[in-house]
Amino acid sequence: MSGLFEEIHEQPAADVPTRRVSITVNGDKRVAQVEPRLLLAHLLRQGLKLTGTHTGCDTTNCGACTVLFDGKPIKSCTMLAVQADGHEVTTVEGLAGASELHPIQEGFKDEHGLQCGFCTPGMMLAAKALLEENPDPTEDEVRWALSGNLCRCTGYQNIVKSVMWAAKKMQAQSAS
Amino acid sequence: MYPSRFRYEAPRSIEEAIALLQQGGGEAKLLAGGQSLVPLLKLRFASPELLIDINNLPGLDYHKVDPDGTIRIGALCRHADLERSAILASRQPTMAAAAPLVADPIVRNRGTLVGSLCHADPQGDWASVVTALGGHVVAQGPNGRRKIPVSQFVTGPFQNALAYDEIAVEAVIPAPKGTVAGGYLKLERRVGDFATAGVAVAIERSGAVVTRAGIALTGVGSATIDATEAAKALVGSPLSAETIAQAAELAAGAAQPRTDHRGSAAYKRQIVRTFVERILTRVEQSSEKAG
Repeated sequence: MSGLFEEIHEQPAADVPTRRVSITVNGDKRVAQVEPRLLLAHLLRQGLKLTGTHTGCDTTNCGACTVLFDGKPIKSCTMLAVQADGHEVTTVEGLAGASELHPIQEGFKDEHGLQCGFCTPGMMLAAKALLEENPDPTEDEVRWALSGNLCRCTGYQNIVKSVMWAAKKMQAQSAS
Repeated sequence: MYPSRFRYEAPRSIEEAIALLQQGGGEAKLLAGGQSLVPLLKLRFASPELLIDINNLPGLDYHKVDPDGTIRIGALCRHADLERSAILASRQPTMAAAAPLVADPIVRNRGTLVGSLCHADPQGDWASVVTALGGHVVAQGPNGRRKIPVSQFVTGPFQNALAYDEIAVEAVIPAPKGTVAGGYLKLERRVGDFATAGVAVAIERSGAVVTRAGIALTGVGSATIDATEAAKALVGSPLSAETIAQAAELAAGAAQPRTDHRGSAAYKRQIVRTFVERILTRVEQSSEKAG
């Protein structure tokens, strides 16, 4: 491995200062030796091979790189990997259980909440944070919570329906 | 896009952070929410030798109200905290109106009010809000703390009055002497875009008479505009259609908009006029109802 990061197996090149970071990613503790300028999005995608986190605009606009940082959605292209040291990160790979999709994933499937799918991981993680804070949102509240995530295919209609579908399913699950 | 190389430090105390700033000798940058700085690093508009991450400094994530009504916002208080704040919802309508309009919901989870003031973007919402409220920034350096009124803190586009070895630790909204009213309105093409224009209005009244007023404008000049003449037109009498129209006209005159892809200068001036009128008319109507 070369470049800006390597998972810790050996000592990095001596001339470039790096830092050891320990991040809980989808419940697993991951340790890496990184250059401080490495972005969290790149550590996830290239270092940890979790390519479900997409990088779209690279300028904090589109939200495709949204992950949960200590449970709150953040844009992982706008955080340095070193800043995640000691924190918990959830990516789209952490949504599904061992055998079952997360209700939000089911909702996107059932309601056709995606076309090209590029924005979908970010949409689903932003939706997860919303539904944890507000399990019974209105359509307006869903639109508001997703307003930092851009979709260029769907016109958002089915994305909102998908999240509403998931909210109902999750409420039914927690009631039973 | 990668930032250029920098040395990274994450101090655990303000004193340690100030010592690092002194070491940096003007080539250091402080990282708080990072929602403006990290993009600037990636675009290489900023390439500091030393990046000092202050996110681990303890006890700076607060916003609170003193017994006398002074509101204090710590350097690590995020926009999202202010958006959900019961303190602002009950006491500070201008700030409560602005918080949900800053950037987008995901950026608001990281970005900070104090960082926004320091960044001094002419498009920044908080600089207008804090200007209209007559607030100040508390800067801490090697020789202790000093207060800088926000009107002097923002010295130009992307420029602030901090010395190279100072940290903005807190923003302060002074205790009101009368009843507080006001609002913030922003026109943006979509959530997260820079403002086409924004207007912050903050007034205090004793009975019906306006005793203090502040009006500040976002995105219609090379820095935040403090529309002092417009605000003066409101002081000393109750709000009326006449004083509101006068303030709106003076605020539109104080704007220095430029024609760009977000609209013509004349259009932006008209937005300023409309927003001043709209905020003040709402205040007047809600106080009539209450009275």
